[in-house]
Amino acid sequence: MQNIRQLTLCGLKQALENKACTSAEIVAAFKQAYSEDQCHAKPLNAYIEFFNDSIDSARHADTLRAEGQGGLLSGLPLAVKDNIMIQGKEATCASRILKGFTAPYSATVIERLAAEGAVFLGRTNMDEFAMGSSCEYSCYGPTRNPLNRDYAAGGSSGGSACAVAAQLAPCALGSDTGGSVRLPASFCGIYGLKPSYGMLSRYGLIAYGSSLDQIGVLARSPEDIALVLKAAAGHDPQDGTSAAADVEAPFPLTPLEFKGKKIALVKEFTEKGVDPEVYDITGRFAGWLKEQGAHVVEISLPLLHFAVPCYYIIAPAEASSNLARFDGVQYGLRDEEAYSLEEMYVSTRTKGFGTEVKRRIFIGNYVLSSGYYDAYYKKAQAVRSLLSRECLKLFEDIDFMLSPTAPVPPFPLGSKVDDPLAMYSTDMCTTFANLTGLPALSLPAGITKAGLPVGVQLTGGMFSEKSLLQAALSWQTRGAGL
Amino acid sequence: MKYDVIIGCEVHVQLLTQSKAFCSCSNSFGGTPNSRVCPRCLGLPGSLPLPNRTMISSAIKAGLALHCQIAGLTKFDRKNYMYPDLPKAYQISQFDMPICTGGYLEVTVNGQKRKIAITRIHMEEDAGKNIHAEAGFNMSYVDYNRTGTPLLEIVSEPDIRGAEEAVNYVQSLREIMRFLDISDCNMEQGSLRCDANINLWIYEGEKRFATPIVEVKNMNSFKAMRSALEYETERQLEEWREKRLTLQAAGKTTRGWSEQRAETVLQRMKEEAADYRYFPEPDIKPISVPQSLIREIKQTIEELPEQKRKRFIQDYEITQEAADALTQSKALCDYFEEAARGYNDPKRIANWILSEVKKLLNEKQITIEQFSVPARHITELIHIVDDGTISGKIAKDVFIEMAALGKTATDIVNAQGLAQISDAGELEALVEKIIRENPSTVADFKAGKQKALQYLMGQIMKATEGKANPGVAVELIKTKI
Repeated sequence: MQNIRQLTLCGLKQALENKACTSAEIVAAFKQAYSEDQCHAKPLNAYIEFFNDSIDSARHADTLRAEGQGGLLSGLPLAVKDNIMIQGKEATCASRILKGFTAPYSATVIERLAAEGAVFLGRTNMDEFAMGSSCEYSCYGPTRNPLNRDYAAGGSSGGSACAVAAQLAPCALGSDTGGSVRLPASFCGIYGLKPSYGMLSRYGLIAYGSSLDQIGVLARSPEDIALVLKAAAGHDPQDGTSAAADVEAPFPLTPLEFKGKKIALVKEFTEKGVDPEVYDITGRFAGWLKEQGAHVVEISLPLLHFAVPCYYIIAPAEASSNLARFDGVQYGLRDEEAYSLEEMYVSTRTKGFGTEVKRRIFIGNYVLSSGYYDAYYKKAQAVRSLLSRECLKLFEDIDFMLSPTAPVPPFPLGSKVDDPLAMYSTDMCTTFANLTGLPALSLPAGITKAGLPVGVQLTGGMFSEKSLLQAALSWQTRGAGL
Repeated sequence: MKYDVIIGCEVHVQLLTQSKAFCSCSNSFGGTPNSRVCPRCLGLPGSLPLPNRTMISSAIKAGLALHCQIAGLTKFDRKNYMYPDLPKAYQISQFDMPICTGGYLEVTVNGQKRKIAITRIHMEEDAGKNIHAEAGFNMSYVDYNRTGTPLLEIVSEPDIRGAEEAVNYVQSLREIMRFLDISDCNMEQGSLRCDANINLWIYEGEKRFATPIVEVKNMNSFKAMRSALEYETERQLEEWREKRLTLQAAGKTTRGWSEQRAETVLQRMKEEAADYRYFPEPDIKPISVPQSLIREIKQTIEELPEQKRKRFIQDYEITQEAADALTQSKALCDYFEEAARGYNDPKRIANWILSEVKKLLNEKQITIEQFSVPARHITELIHIVDDGTISGKIAKDVFIEMAALGKTATDIVNAQGLAQISDAGELEALVEKIIRENPSTVADFKAGKQKALQYLMGQIMKATEGKANPGVAVELIKTKI
């Protein structure tokens, strides 16, 4: 079969079921593509490690299939972000401090996917500890945008987005704390879902901002995301913040009829700071929705202006605490030269963490310090509660919120790495979904004149993944080519 | 100099739950280092805490027993600090919404009852243990077995007025925790740990001066606690006389009690106080505590020591001292009540338990729970003393045999022929023989010498190996002479 790499996850599922190919052939095709890219003058650097034993898992799946066994994802390959633990594999969060750390157990999501027969292709590159919007803050170097290798793939799940867009994997897991699945999906021209908080278990996801983190899925088709959700979602007793009830799995997926649906175009995300091309593409998408019979209204939620500042207090606060355990005592990097405990702590962490991670640890410790706590952390929490209340109220009245995914199209590598504020403002439209826990999906909506992808974001009410994915399917089948 | 000693206590109590506070590892003492650990208590990347229900119900139990308000909504917080024995680099604790607030504990010092206010009780996890190799080896190890052990921190108001009262307060707390069966409160093993904040209020005429507050740590026994607080009182008095340092001027310091040096040693100055950067634990949702749960837990709380003492004194008419001694443990109370159930003079039962039983327990170094003689066997033993089967003196020997052989008093008396000879007919021949053989003593008796009777009784006891019923024998002697 020639076109293995071009097939979606669902397409591969079909091919396997029709015995048009084997899982071993599928994995071999992706491995070959990976090897070829390694020889490129500017390798994409999507994978940190392509698992040598993935071919064995594929053969095992083929054997099971021959015996009439195997689950929902039997023999289907997935790439996994380097902060989701797979037992026996390294999990480094693209950080020097965790180089060589082997996961002693698997994340719940990994266990569930494996139980359904999924084959893991490898670990994908990311911004260190998922802190970044461009996938440049990695100790393994930046990931390139497959549509233009001199551009950023978006972050932090840039490796996952790049692998899917470059057909080095049909589908990938990422994580999204402030936009980390949706931004790279937008930059690489694919679909990326951040599910509702609690939809996918966080057990085994190396924490960045615990109250914001969600594992997400990146794919070239909404159906693929639905398939992975079906296998991985649901209550997990290992995670105390997991959604209490099982949520309806959206697979198989049918297109959404937009007639009578109310969609809010958010002023705060389209007015200031939005690139004209992004603005136009978002407008065209809104036009398409109207054509489909949807009722598109412009709304204003001024509190959304505070989402980014609020996020950049709460996320670093939680991160400063979550990352304090990387101290050289139990695992990971340790400076063996140090002669005292204090010096070991300081030099291990100085050598182990990159600049952006250090910056956020500093911010986090600062906003939690006595004397500053009330002015920063406490106030941010108050804003967050208010924002959640207002969004909850809004979704009583509307079905989706529409905005650009990122205010800007993909930018050249190196153009923002030394300008943290410019980098942070890339998250303008995404952080509010993490602060409120709402599910949000980035859809590939258009291409700039320079040939770079632009995504739009649909946000739904709590646990509305099904209609979000249905809406995306409608776009894919009826609108995307326009 | 007129002064008051002002003490507030922070007591940490390890809970006797099956599993640890936030994971399913076994919660027990010791064990091969790092044998009771898992990703959660090791704080491995990606792991998440799951709060232990029994820890929460134990905290509510303690709160109810100490007359606290139980919060309808409570949450956990992170207390951030780095130390090798703290694998997550934060302790899951409770900051501004503790599970219990505003209670009190009544203590009795020199017959005076006083209420010590309890500020709060909160739940938290214990740290592991750092173990340092001998000097020269330049090595340290960490044992994470204790990491994640559930603790209650019980904080008192500065209502305690002296070392004696502080010891009394902690002892009363221990008693209650043990009665509730939520902690064994063993100070030596560290399942009860107490830190005390102490300073003095010094009165000079109309003025009152507060000396700097000292947090005293490392008091590993009640003896150490008393010595440390007495020492600290004297030290602060002396410091006041020399330097007249006040709380406002010097703030708070931390000192540790050194058993060897018999003094408190400076550990930390005020400037070194840590900023723990508390914030709500995002991995655990806030916990609502329904009234129905509180009611349910309330029903499981049995009578507490203070109530028991009152009831024992009233219902069994035993002395305050006997009641105090019996209420040292719930098991001892239960033992006493079971033994007293079948007997009309509870005071005698209490005396027996507090003298003979206690003596034997002390000799054998065991607790009442480990004692092999059931309470009802004690009742039976006293019964056969009352009905004249054996004498009180022999009863003590029988009791030792009961403990050794695991048999009832009657079985032992029958098997060893220890029953008293109370039948006058059986004793008659012997009494006549003794009278015959001791004519001069009989003459003395007739002359009114009481000692003569004692001598004759002694002869009879010697001949019967102490089994002659003394009352019957005396009557016989009197009639035969």
